Amino acid sequence: MANMDHWVINGFDTHIPWWFLLTVIKGVALFAMLVVLTLFNIWFERRVVSWMQMRIGPNRVGPQGLLQSLADGVKLALKEDIVPENADKPVFWLAPVLSAIPAFLAFAVIPWGPEVSIFGHRTTLQLVDLPIGVLYILAVSSVGIYGIVLAGWSSGSTYPLLGGIRSSAQMISYEIAMGLSFAGVFLYAGTMSTSGIVAAQEQTWYILPLCISGIIYIIAMVGETNRAPFDLPEAEGELVGGFHTEYTSLKFALFFLAEYINLVTVSSLAITMFFGGWRAPWPLSLWSGANQGWYPMIWFLVKLLIFVFVFIWLRGTLPRLRYDQFMKLGWKVLIPVSLVWLLLVAVIRQLKNVGDMDQAHLIPICLGAAALFVLVLVALEVRERNQVSRDRRSRDAAELAREEDLEGLGGGFPVPPMPGQQRAAITPRPLRTPILAVTANGHTPAEEASDGRQ
Amino acid sequence: MDTYVPVLILGLIAGGFAVFSVIMGAMTGPKRYNRAKYDSYECGIEPTPQPVGGGRFPVKYYLTAMLFIVFDIEIVFLYPWAVAFDSLGWFGLAEMFLFILTVFVAYAYVWRRGGLEWD
Repeated sequence: MANMDHWVINGFDTHIPWWFLLTVIKGVALFAMLVVLTLFNIWFERRVVSWMQMRIGPNRVGPQGLLQSLADGVKLALKEDIVPENADKPVFWLAPVLSAIPAFLAFAVIPWGPEVSIFGHRTTLQLVDLPIGVLYILAVSSVGIYGIVLAGWSSGSTYPLLGGIRSSAQMISYEIAMGLSFAGVFLYAGTMSTSGIVAAQEQTWYILPLCISGIIYIIAMVGETNRAPFDLPEAEGELVGGFHTEYTSLKFALFFLAEYINLVTVSSLAITMFFGGWRAPWPLSLWSGANQGWYPMIWFLVKLLIFVFVFIWLRGTLPRLRYDQFMKLGWKVLIPVSLVWLLLVAVIRQLKNVGDMDQAHLIPICLGAAALFVLVLVALEVRERNQVSRDRRSRDAAELAREEDLEGLGGGFPVPPMPGQQRAAITPRPLRTPILAVTANGHTPAEEASDGRQ
Repeated sequence: MDTYVPVLILGLIAGGFAVFSVIMGAMTGPKRYNRAKYDSYECGIEPTPQPVGGGRFPVKYYLTAMLFIVFDIEIVFLYPWAVAFDSLGWFGLAEMFLFILTVFVAYAYVWRRGGLEWD
């Protein structure tokens, strides 16, 4: 008797349950898709940046240069795998693995589409539907930070250490703003499951009612992935290559892979949380078949490519931030804004639940709160600017005093004074005799006389 | 635990791939010894001597890490509240206002004491 739950080949029951088989198929497909997307994204980024900078970009390997990243991967595999002498060897080996695995894992809960049929079995286009899906993503992507900080530390070199620490400081700083922006979504959807959030966006995408959360998340996700304009850990002018300076060959490739997969993951999360997930955009959603079967995967991929394009666009447009500006943006702007916004959302939601509020009341309240908030921010900024200019004035005065002090040292040029060095004891001798009275060998008579005495 | 089997499968695939790549990279590449190549890279100058067990880094980063923990815990409390918001009603809202206000006091203190200044 054929068992419907098991995989049966020509009447032979293999005792492998179908759900397991489907999971393996989906897992392998997801893995392959992420790798292919990475190869594509690297090529896409190079082409788009070239286009923005009026260059041609890679166009030799394969049609339109599409196989360029594959060729680069093969080239990396054929390069020498250098482990520096100073490196902590086991950790140096472990770090790229530790950074690549969570990158793949984080994608497991992203829904790609609704229920479809694979080999006659109904299944959703999602590897696993955890009830705490988003929390899982946050947890797993935090593990990825270990890979980076350990890579920096184990290299036993100055620049990677600084790059790794800076990178982890940056990621944890922006994770707070990121986490706070999610709270608003949970509040609206009433669930932390990614599929539940997509289902709750059937009427409106959350980017409309939760616009501030969405904007904060989009800023935070760029900081979280260490991409331009927040790519300080890889600031070439300051830190060479950041945490992966000492890495070569396929270990380096793994870091690159992890970075690009993270890019795809945070974009997918943005789509899932704020842009309707796999749901078709407005004019298409009028067609009833748009949200059924395999079509949603197309909408998802299109949204994903738009996000990747925005990432590249940012890189092509904006200069890199300074470290203090970057941290200031994260801690002094994004966190208070998202906290206040969350409370505002909660109040509005509660008033709506009680039934005391309709759309007409909502708009003036929102506008008033936003205006008040902007005023507070502007006041803080003005205060800060005043402080900074006061500091600068006092610093300038100190600088001036120091420069006057340095007069005996030629203004500190070309050799700057050592710390604590005093003005030279020798003062230029005043001319007692007119210049004209110079003797044949170029000395003044007074000098001749003194020389003679010695 | 059945729920996590797919995660485990994906983890095995990804881990297998990562380990395979690392081993593969060590095997396929050439090996040509050169002392300078195995030195730490510092743009060509003699590398700074590193103390055994890793170098030092500014204590500021510890502060960032501690602040992160404070806010991360706040977020952990916010999530279940947000999920259960509709059933908690005014009580939940008031409680969360009090909680966020308390954390905000700490935040204002850290800001005022210069904990959020980087240079």
